[in-house]
Amino acid sequence: MRIELSGTRGSLAAAGPGTVGYGGDTASILVTAEGRSIVLDAGSGIRRLGDVVAGQDRVDVLLTHLHMDHIQGLGFFGPMFDPSIEVHVWGPGSPKFTLEQLLSRYLSPPLFPVHVRELSSVVLHDTDPGSFELGPVTVTTDYVCHPGATLGYRLSVNGTSMAYLPDHEPALGVEHFPEQPEWTSGFDLMAGVDVLIHDAQYTDDEYAERQGWGHSTFDQALDVAELCEVGSLVTFHHDPGHDDGMLDEIAAAIATHPLPFEFVPGRAGTVIDV
Amino acid sequence: MRREASMTQPIELILLRQWSTYQAIPVWLMDAEGDLLFYNEAAEAVLGLRYVEAGVIHANDLAELFQTTALDGSAVPTEELPVVIALTQRIPAHGELRIKTADGAGRHLHITAFPVEGLSERHLGAVAMFWEEPIP
Repeated sequence: MRIELSGTRGSLAAAGPGTVGYGGDTASILVTAEGRSIVLDAGSGIRRLGDVVAGQDRVDVLLTHLHMDHIQGLGFFGPMFDPSIEVHVWGPGSPKFTLEQLLSRYLSPPLFPVHVRELSSVVLHDTDPGSFELGPVTVTTDYVCHPGATLGYRLSVNGTSMAYLPDHEPALGVEHFPEQPEWTSGFDLMAGVDVLIHDAQYTDDEYAERQGWGHSTFDQALDVAELCEVGSLVTFHHDPGHDDGMLDEIAAAIATHPLPFEFVPGRAGTVIDV
Repeated sequence: MRREASMTQPIELILLRQWSTYQAIPVWLMDAEGDLLFYNEAAEAVLGLRYVEAGVIHANDLAELFQTTALDGSAVPTEELPVVIALTQRIPAHGELRIKTADGAGRHLHITAFPVEGLSERHLGAVAMFWEEPIP
């Protein structure tokens, strides 16, 4: 399994000289395994992945949720407009609306010139908690703690695994975090994975003012990684206000502590082989 | 799509548990099988049992721990209990009952229960809230 971070930013794209190192594009990751390509989220980082998967006959895009920073690149993903490539988009509906109805709010005029139903090679899948197979890859998904219906994903192939929870606030309302596994959002998805890509948007001071917004601090990401006994933690969904200097400082501080897992600051362009 | 055995409770129940710890009124949280997964500190006082000591109480043990009658002392059919209605009929229910709790005390309770219907049409359990009326 190969994991390539394309967009690592959260909430809003933040291009500029101060974000070249960690990247300014919003959430999008390419996972490849045995010739199969799976894209996790369709933030602005998905645009360049269109070239990477060109020439394949199928690509699957797994959306965690439908906040703009996770779907805004969908209309700029080349394969969506290439009838020779089947694009399967998976993601949560809501109690009253299908995934297509919800995505159409963005992928339709006046917000976008093309309506999603005009894209003949795109297949949309309303996705519920559970497991399904994409070729050799087993995808397991469940709802996790974030405002609105939000899925986390676990991808497993040939005894290796990774989990992707880019928007996740498992500490919400917990007096002493982390809780025991039974009461920790997303634990089953994350437990024992080789690579955990997890929300680490806030500092402790920022979190104090933004509880309930659906995101974690760096410390909470470290705590959850330890609880879940992961092989490595990739911090992700960087706040648009955090520039390279600040993220480097935080990473350096974390690196001074002994950790029971490998710590990988999530930089765009990072490739992880599992 | 298959659903596999899980160690983690559904997020809806996790959030309800967290919500209940911030409530001053007694709250029960039950799963779809009727097991009492969690009750808050206010419920501990009413039920005479600490959650950290009792842990999860299975449905079959609940009737023995908390003996329930009508206010006049007559038996109440199980299927008419508010929590059972919420769990089995998946509708809200309210009732006024007398219970004898684990510590032997008798209490007069108003009970409101409602089903927990999660996303993806999952019936996940029920929540019950209690208001105690002093027994003269």
